[in-house]
Amino acid sequence: MKVAVRYFASVREALGSGEAVEVPDGATVGMVRDRLIARDAAHAAALARGRALRCALDHVLCDEAATVREASEIGFFPPVTGG
Amino acid sequence: MSIQHGDFDVGAEVARLRSGDAGVGAVATFIGTVRDANDGVGVAALELEHYPGMTERAIEGMIDEALQRFDVRAARVVHRVGPLQRGDQIVLVVVTASHRGPAFQACEFLMDYLKTRAPFWKKETTPEGSRWVDARSSDDVALARWGVEARNALPDSKGG
Repeated sequence: MKVAVRYFASVREALGSGEAVEVPDGATVGMVRDRLIARDAAHAAALARGRALRCALDHVLCDEAATVREASEIGFFPPVTGG
Repeated sequence: MSIQHGDFDVGAEVARLRSGDAGVGAVATFIGTVRDANDGVGVAALELEHYPGMTERAIEGMIDEALQRFDVRAARVVHRVGPLQRGDQIVLVVVTASHRGPAFQACEFLMDYLKTRAPFWKKETTPEGSRWVDARSSDDVALARWGVEARNALPDSKGG
């Protein structure tokens, strides 16, 4: 199934505003991240494990164990700094 | 709740939130502004980015939470995005209540929530170039006082 990925702030500067990813049914947000890391060196650097990265599933903050669905929107971004 | 490029008028926002509610006896406001330095480096300007759709939803959720937790009558949040200059207003929180205690508390709660749970990102223009602002663990601590765990500023991927 296909899911949509959105990037923000420093991750957006590195990878663009977003892209589509094909993942198996039952995939988690962490598996989406793994699949993106495997794409190329730019993805591997921007989404590397150990980097401070937050994620959201369908506009709600989540952790990487969250399960995605067909047409889900997953956001990857650095810690937030508004206010 | 509004996310907007343009400036806001504090007096007009307060008047709008109070209007038609004769039970209001206290109004608390907080205004965040662009200061001239951050972490010892001069700041000439800021660029604010948000996550359209998610940011609105997050702020609506935190206003609902504030209305449930505190004995307040109404709350409004206005947050600007896009390019901002030194001295500009960034964010406004207004809370009305019958008495000052809950108004102050809900206003602070909303700001602590905004700093750690609302998807906004600041990029500063400094004499050495532009840089993304780092999250502060002190903001996570501030939210924890209300019994809410943020984990925003953790240095790895275990936040969220």
